[in-house]
Amino acid sequence: MRFNKKSVTAITAAVGISVLSSVAVAADTIKVGTFLAVTGGASFLGDPELKTLQMYIESINASGGIDGKKVELIHYDTAGKAKEAVKFAKRLIKKDRVDVIVGGSTSGSTMSVIPLAEKNKIPFISLAGSVKIINPVNKWVFKTPHTDRMAAAKVFEDMKRRGISKIALISGNGGFGKSGRGQSLALAPEYGISVVSDESYGAKDTDMTTQLTKIRNTDAEAILNFGFGSGPAIVTKNVRQLGIELPLYQSHGVASKKYIELAGDAAEGVRLPAAALLVASSLNDNDPQKQVLLDYKNRFEAKHGAVSTFGGHAYDGLLIALEAIDRANSTNKAKVRDEIEKTTNFIGTGGVFNMSASDHLGLGLDAFKMLEIKNGNWTIVK
Amino acid sequence: MFDQILQFLITGMTTGAIYALVALGFTIIYNASDVVNFAQGEFVMMGAMSTIFLAAGDNGLPIPLAAATSVVLVICVGILLQRFAIAPARGASVVTTIIITIGASIFLRGVALVIWGKDIQAMAHFSGEIPIHIGNATLLPQNLWVMGGTALMVLGVHYFFHHTMQGKAILACSYNRDAANLMGINVGLMMLVAYGLSALLGAMAGILVTPISFTSYDAGVMLGLKGFSAAILGGMGNPMGAVVGGLLLGLIESLAAGLISSGYKDAIGFIILLLVLFIRPSGLMGRRSSDRV
Repeated sequence: MRFNKKSVTAITAAVGISVLSSVAVAADTIKVGTFLAVTGGASFLGDPELKTLQMYIESINASGGIDGKKVELIHYDTAGKAKEAVKFAKRLIKKDRVDVIVGGSTSGSTMSVIPLAEKNKIPFISLAGSVKIINPVNKWVFKTPHTDRMAAAKVFEDMKRRGISKIALISGNGGFGKSGRGQSLALAPEYGISVVSDESYGAKDTDMTTQLTKIRNTDAEAILNFGFGSGPAIVTKNVRQLGIELPLYQSHGVASKKYIELAGDAAEGVRLPAAALLVASSLNDNDPQKQVLLDYKNRFEAKHGAVSTFGGHAYDGLLIALEAIDRANSTNKAKVRDEIEKTTNFIGTGGVFNMSASDHLGLGLDAFKMLEIKNGNWTIVK
Repeated sequence: MFDQILQFLITGMTTGAIYALVALGFTIIYNASDVVNFAQGEFVMMGAMSTIFLAAGDNGLPIPLAAATSVVLVICVGILLQRFAIAPARGASVVTTIIITIGASIFLRGVALVIWGKDIQAMAHFSGEIPIHIGNATLLPQNLWVMGGTALMVLGVHYFFHHTMQGKAILACSYNRDAANLMGINVGLMMLVAYGLSALLGAMAGILVTPISFTSYDAGVMLGLKGFSAAILGGMGNPMGAVVGGLLLGLIESLAAGLISSGYKDAIGFIILLLVLFIRPSGLMGRRSSDRV
């Protein structure tokens, strides 16, 4: 079939109208942009985060949206690469013209996007761990996950209580491990703890017995491992293999059932700081978070299987952003930013958020629970 | 101190054995077809992943049967790779074939991601996890499986190439393809055998080491790179060089981490590799490049 001039005109007109109408619709939606590591090494972060965002936006739209406006999610997969994150953040800002960005699974991708958010004056709620994201405070940048500094502080608090003063540090050489190592080294003296051994391993390393043998020959009284993925599970197994009897602490980077599954029996007795989500059902009934946590957990698990704290960070980020837009009664970026900063008493999965001009996270140390693995399950250390 | 060194050596030998198997796979394909197969690490990953999933669940196969099935599967993948990706590009430059194999590795990772998902997977140890003590050093039964399995396969490969007609035919192809063809050797078939053998070594490496190291769809990338470094270190094209290179690289990494700094162990490994290449461009046991013209 050949197109004659008339049909070409008709097609052009039809295309033109549909483009116009989609623009018209777009003006009535709240556009939430996100870039997450849905595939790649950090997919265990990005995957539940994306599922959470999709699930909640769907249900918010089903119940009428925000101020009568539908919420639209625009998502790009970074595969955990900072370079991709920058590319996609640019696209979200310039081409998709989103109202707010809730995303950035890893600290590396978040840090590389911060200058963009600042320059283009767009509210950006990060879902990554590093304390550097909010310290020093960037005007347009917020985050919802607990920081590695808080994790280290929580661990040191527990160690101090047990009378431990000399520790060995072993950390992954990725962004998370390095940042956690830095915070631990900086914070240890404040708790009267000295780091007598400081080892590292590669993200894909298959065996850490060498590093742990060195640690065994020091006078360390406990081992702290900062890392995520397969590394901490291998460290845990290697510690037991070498017959090291010292208490082993992990970071919140392993706060998912996968870690227990991988490390198996070796994980018994391991302690780690984690958000209350993992132990939602064993919280006291008067805990303000309990209802929120159980709601989130049940909804996520009904649809996607075992819940992880990482998806919870996305829940917190999304709801903080949407509530701010709701309070601002507009998607004016400056107003939304101001409202996000005013977030008080927001009960999320990560804790109770109270943000301010000097604190763009708004969580206290009590947002972390110290957990111990017993019989293949999490228990709260009283 | 002695116990400590012993522990470093055990760790290094185990990791090195796996590097050696991957390097051996590189070498066999390189010898047979002058192709550097960057999908070698993916063979390792697929061997491990398919074993885990064949053995999973209540109706899963017992581990030995699952392992055997997955080895056969991976051999098929190797043969298909040769037949449908490498063979059609015969006569292409080295760079082109490298790009093809890199493409194949990305494709195989993608397939693994779709079939098995992106979670990290664990495999049960073959004979328990009770450590064996040698003084203050310990090793797991699985370490012995890795070292023993590697030794057996290296001997098997040696026997194959030097004492069987098939193996000698593949060697003949690597020395002179046209002459081998004229002598009545079915060159096409030999290529398939070489790729199948490489895939077998890769899959076995994956099955042996996964109880210690876990696996995931992207676990082949690092192992592939390390195996390639090991092959280069030992001398690309020399099977025994690949084995020596693999063990050396594993030992260097472990000793560097243990005695110098765990943060710099990979860097130290690469510096030694560069030094070796600087002094002996064809690797420790490589043929002198003038011989190969």
